[in-house]
Amino acid sequence: MQRRSLLGTAIAAAALPLGARRARAAEELTVVSWGGAFQDAQSKALFQPAAKALGITVKEETYSGLAELRLRAKSGAVTWDVVSSGSGTSARAGVEGLLEKLDYHVIDVKDFIPGTYADYYIGGDAFATVAAWNTKTYGQAGPQSWADFWDAKKFPGTRAYRNTVTLEPALMADGVPPDQVYAVLSAPGGIDRAIRKMQELKPHVAVWWSSGAQSAQLMKDGAVDMVAGWNGRFDDARKSGAQVAYTFNQALLDYDCFVVPKGAPHRDLAMRFVAEISKPEYQAALTRYITYGPTNRRAYDIGAIPADYAATLPSAPANTAKELLIDDGWYMKYTQQAAQAYQDMMTQ
Amino acid sequence: MRAAPHAALLRRDAARERLALAGLSVPALLLVGATMILPVGWLFVLSFLDDSGAPSLANYRRLLARPAYARILFATFEISILTTALCIVLGYLLAYALAQLPRRWAALGMLGVLMPFWTSILVRTYAWLVLLQRDGVINVWGMRLGLWHAPLALVYNLPGTLIGLVHIMLPFLVLPAYGAMRAVQRDHLRAAASLGATPVQVFWRVFFPLTLPGVAAGALIVFILCLGSFVTPAVLGGGKVLMAANAVASDVELFFNWGAASALGAVLLVLTFALLFLATRLVRLERLFGSEAP
Repeated sequence: MQRRSLLGTAIAAAALPLGARRARAAEELTVVSWGGAFQDAQSKALFQPAAKALGITVKEETYSGLAELRLRAKSGAVTWDVVSSGSGTSARAGVEGLLEKLDYHVIDVKDFIPGTYADYYIGGDAFATVAAWNTKTYGQAGPQSWADFWDAKKFPGTRAYRNTVTLEPALMADGVPPDQVYAVLSAPGGIDRAIRKMQELKPHVAVWWSSGAQSAQLMKDGAVDMVAGWNGRFDDARKSGAQVAYTFNQALLDYDCFVVPKGAPHRDLAMRFVAEISKPEYQAALTRYITYGPTNRRAYDIGAIPADYAATLPSAPANTAKELLIDDGWYMKYTQQAAQAYQDMMTQ
Repeated sequence: MRAAPHAALLRRDAARERLALAGLSVPALLLVGATMILPVGWLFVLSFLDDSGAPSLANYRRLLARPAYARILFATFEISILTTALCIVLGYLLAYALAQLPRRWAALGMLGVLMPFWTSILVRTYAWLVLLQRDGVINVWGMRLGLWHAPLALVYNLPGTLIGLVHIMLPFLVLPAYGAMRAVQRDHLRAAASLGATPVQVFWRVFFPLTLPGVAAGALIVFILCLGSFVTPAVLGGGKVLMAANAVASDVELFFNWGAASALGAVLLVLTFALLFLATRLVRLERLFGSEAP
């Protein structure tokens, strides 16, 4: 999924290619992520420890999204070696030819959750799009399914929903079993069916949120009664006093990944670096800083994550059984078509 | 005529001065050309190319084929016109009040207009969010005082966006309107009164027409800035108010080429130029910008 904000996109669009490639020592790797609390966590749990283990230095930068990567690739000014990105974005970047194929002789994925790695990208942490609710409004008895989220009679109140394509919950609310969702979405008329269901929800949507920070802020401010959004953001909001609870039931399991841009100055070292940070010890360490779960299932087995904490992570085996794993293949094929229908629905 | 040789000298002086002025404006022109005209022209060209770089009208055909774009353009102009109208009414009244005050107090009032103007748009927009939202200051106090009983939907919609935009745009109208009002000669008003005009007539037939160029200049600036607003509708519109700039931003992410995203920008630019052209037919532009400074 693309996890960019509108603002970030605009800044990326305005940025001009920064030409000159600087000469740098062979053993320095440039790693790029989104900044903020997320990159802080990555830096402490993954980047710096891995740099130490490999005996290299890692230079960290931030970026704002696919548009920026595309711009750099097209102008031949790739100075990045490893980039942290969304799964859907990575899938599309792969199709566009912006990425190097990952070397799975070097990177070990035998314990990964199936579907969280592919030719061009590998999952680094898993998060879930959940139905969250304001406990001031509903107490602990909030919506337990997307059908509940859609049900304004049973759960009167305002909703917030993502402002870019998120159709899976609509189909589940319409009675499609989770394991059929992508089959229905890929069949002719599937997207229309989901859009029609979105139109049912629309009168109750007070805000179409555009960034994870915004979705959490809405809960902190008590601006809405329900939000379909990313679990880690709600955990943060709760820690800072928001009255919010959520369920992993029917949640969309998604993941952030690492990619190596085409033309990366240190391709081989980048592969070794990605192999290192994909190890269970690193992924387990990341959960100490942020409530995103590992994609490498072995991280749950090595005793580094306390059991009661593991139960709150979106990729814990007990939770994944209730969730639907995002299908990047579908996003690659249908994003444009679905996004246009989605925008038409929103502007109607 | 004694003036004739002097006239020739004066003309030569004037020509020399024009040349010097033209020379002085070259750096600014180069800057605008390099940072503004070239990239915009480049995007304009790209909007006529398809994914593979072949000339094509595909990007424009998509604009026509999809109802969302027409609605977005309509909303962009609707919001800009509403904001401009509100700014004219509120801004004129404010400028008028300031122009009546003694200079010292007027300066203080002007500071009140300019202070927000010097604050980041982002900060001001979020400040409105704090005031307007469901559990925000206005709703909490309104209900506490019993003025209304359920939270009003003041934000994440069109009214919220308008409130934010009007607040941001107001100084652009107040400043030229105030300048024009200060420039009005009191003698003209006294003359009208002494010839028997009532105060209302003095205002509408003398004062108002004299200040109109300043107001029109301000209104034009407000309108054009509104067309390109991005942050305010993004934050205060709650995703329900989609203006052209927001749509361009989402198109940049969605499509594989810049042309697809720039087509909407190109259409907006052309429409804006067309409107400007019409405006200059109605009110002569030199008169707008050439209105005497105070």
